[in-house]
Amino acid sequence: MAKYIIKRIVMAIITIFAVASVTFFVMNMVPGGPFMSEKAISPQAQAALNEKYGLDKSLSEQYITYMKDLLHGDLGLSVKQRGRTVNMIIETKFPVSARIGGMAILTAMIIGVPLGSIAAFKRGTTIDNIIIIFSTCGIAVPSFVVCTVLMYVLSLKLGLLPTYGLTSWRNYIMPVMALSLYPSSYIARLMRSSMLDVMGQDYMRTARAKGLSQLVSIFKHALRNAVLPVVTYLGPLLAYTVTGSFIVEKIFTIPGLGSEFIGSITGRDYPLIMGTTIFLATLMVIMNVLVDVAYKFIDPRINLK
Amino acid sequence: MKKMSLVLAAVMATGVILTACGGSKTAQPTTAATTAANGETTAPVEGNSKALDLAVQIGPDPETIDPALNSAVDGGNMILHAFETLLIVDSENKIVPGQAESFDVSPDGLTYTFKLRKGLKWSDGTPLTANDFVYSWKRLADPKTAAPYAGDMLGYVKGYEEASKGNLDALGLSAPDDNTFVVELSAPCVYFSKLVTHGSMVPVEKATIEANADQWTLKPETYVSNGPLKMIEWVPGSHITFAKNENYWDADKVTLNTLKFVLMEDGNAAYSAYQTGEVSMIKTVPTEEVPGLKGKEDFHVEPIMGTYYLDFQNQKEPFNNPDVRMALSLAIDRDYVANTVMQGTYMPATNLVGPGISDAEPGSFFQDITKKNNGKDYFDTKDHEANVAKAKELLAKAGYPDGKGFPVTEYMINDTGYHKPVAEYLQSCWKEVLGITVDIKVVEWATFTPTRRAGDYQMARDGWVYDYDDPSNMLNLMMSTSGNNNAKYSNPELDKLLNEANTTADVAEHYAKLHDAENMILKDAAIAPVAYYTDFWLQNPKLKGTWHSPYGYWFFQYATMD
Repeated sequence: MAKYIIKRIVMAIITIFAVASVTFFVMNMVPGGPFMSEKAISPQAQAALNEKYGLDKSLSEQYITYMKDLLHGDLGLSVKQRGRTVNMIIETKFPVSARIGGMAILTAMIIGVPLGSIAAFKRGTTIDNIIIIFSTCGIAVPSFVVCTVLMYVLSLKLGLLPTYGLTSWRNYIMPVMALSLYPSSYIARLMRSSMLDVMGQDYMRTARAKGLSQLVSIFKHALRNAVLPVVTYLGPLLAYTVTGSFIVEKIFTIPGLGSEFIGSITGRDYPLIMGTTIFLATLMVIMNVLVDVAYKFIDPRINLK
Repeated sequence: MKKMSLVLAAVMATGVILTACGGSKTAQPTTAATTAANGETTAPVEGNSKALDLAVQIGPDPETIDPALNSAVDGGNMILHAFETLLIVDSENKIVPGQAESFDVSPDGLTYTFKLRKGLKWSDGTPLTANDFVYSWKRLADPKTAAPYAGDMLGYVKGYEEASKGNLDALGLSAPDDNTFVVELSAPCVYFSKLVTHGSMVPVEKATIEANADQWTLKPETYVSNGPLKMIEWVPGSHITFAKNENYWDADKVTLNTLKFVLMEDGNAAYSAYQTGEVSMIKTVPTEEVPGLKGKEDFHVEPIMGTYYLDFQNQKEPFNNPDVRMALSLAIDRDYVANTVMQGTYMPATNLVGPGISDAEPGSFFQDITKKNNGKDYFDTKDHEANVAKAKELLAKAGYPDGKGFPVTEYMINDTGYHKPVAEYLQSCWKEVLGITVDIKVVEWATFTPTRRAGDYQMARDGWVYDYDDPSNMLNLMMSTSGNNNAKYSNPELDKLLNEANTTADVAEHYAKLHDAENMILKDAAIAPVAYYTDFWLQNPKLKGTWHSPYGYWFFQYATMD
């Protein structure tokens, strides 16, 4: 397995390098630039800014400089958030997003896995129908609607929760609810179909025939096999969710990383576009490796080569 | 292996989460002073229990709060709470002493001598002297600083040309003693005292900037200021909190304990926070709420100095014909645009220079004198029928009767605020009134401004909010040399007139020439003024002692809550 992991890490580095290179050139192909405002700045000031951020050099020179710095772990200086380095922005904002995103995924697992399993056991009953309706709605309703409704009901009408900030545990409730709705619905659906699939397998019948109770057979045999598709989904989901959501962060004024993904692009903050993209790509790759390793533990039949 | 629980998947996930959570503890922003809890009162700073802790919303995270680098209204608003210029604009919009207790102008209008108040201090307690102004203004002029306002503010100062190329010592600034700051100008500037009130002209502390370079604005310890408030916490994307600066010369008058700018971006979120009482004032009011809010005690609309206008690419067919430009301009029902399309959050433009801009006599307004001189406003918004008739006549005169033969043209906008509804109105209005077809081209912001600046369009939306209270700030845009002349209008007569107006020491002559220049621009329909900007906001009626200035700033330092 060690060999496998090393192989994956090498692949990961190549992937990240490719992502960084493509992003760099595509980003520079898009028209516009970071110093756009209603008011024109003087040519001297423009020249000084270009020099400061290295934008006066040719694209290939910029690329080489960037890649060199990247190897040293230096993601450069944000153009739009004056004085802040990209490393600084990620270091302060990622933990915020990760905390909320992590809680949301945990909530989604706690809700989604049992709901999906129950729906599978009670297939065709009212409970199953209710769960299907819930999970369909959870997938269909966009998060800005969820956020707005939550804020309207819980803050405005009932006055239970604060509308912004992250100073107490009460601040986390709405963002976590909003963020976990989609994944819990998705996990419930995944879990339901894979559980149904597993329950029809021969070994399940054997377990029951050997005299195991339904509960034991489900916990010992069915759940473990049925959870595999969820684990597959969990990898990329985790990477996306812990890096924050633009909409949820905007509505609840959360100082997370999610808004930087969009903000950096609209503001043409080149180093920040690169930084956030590389960061997300790295997380994604790590998650995929972790998922593969988790597979091995959950299903020993899987051979990691 | 078998013992490995079947919830291992979940454990894997939790592991990642816990790592993330663990890491976050150290990365949490720490602050020595207060951390205001939402909707709850903050611990008082320095035992001042009666003073007010105020939370307001004026915009999202500012790009910078470095006075020299800022060019945004929200950043400027924060800077003016933390810093103070030599002269300041008071709640009645009058220029009054700030850091300077008095100033003298030489008879030729070329030398300004500012006498600083005695015993001025920085927020860190160190003394502030005239040399700090010399340093700060040189820093503003320094091309390495790349300050967006350097030329606008210091362009009149002797030696600016050289300084802007790097020779800072050429700049006509000196400090004969600790309390005297002397500025020499290369040409008279009748509104120089107004420039001095601009947020970029504040003093900044040399020591902290030299020690922390670009990062001096990020932390309370290094963001040394000289105004009524000082920064005590900045969590990007969340809030910036200021507290009373005990070292401010007039600190006794400051009623605030803390002022928290909640960095909200979303209008609906801001409106919710306002309704729950978590913030006492919001600027980002959702436009869909505006009709229902009108007339309510806590909803305010006040003019700011600025005009929303429409650029014609003056050098391109068919807009190189003044009759065409005028026809299109007159066809616009400005009253309808401002009051219906823009829901009354703008005012119909009747001239180019709008309300709030001063004229020669103290207390008089440019707009009123325009009306007096011309006998009427340039655009009669009350008699749209007459304007339409005139527009049709002009279009026919230009060779396009009823719009026949007029090419299909494009109107370029970026999609924020009311730009799109206005564009849709213009499209239908020009079709109905003049029989011409216009396509709307929506362009993303980062592409919009460079395209417009390059003149790579036919018609485009535009707008200008004044940097200082003088009509020249708006009228100069139309000079052929202006970097903001997006309409690519070029008129040597106008250039000459404005140059004269800008360099005379005679106040009356300055304004008289600017009136002529405005008439020239309007008569030529170089651009089509559409509406005057306003600020509209919600403010808790119990919140008193604040004011809104025509510059688009709010001032909270003397606020009280009933």
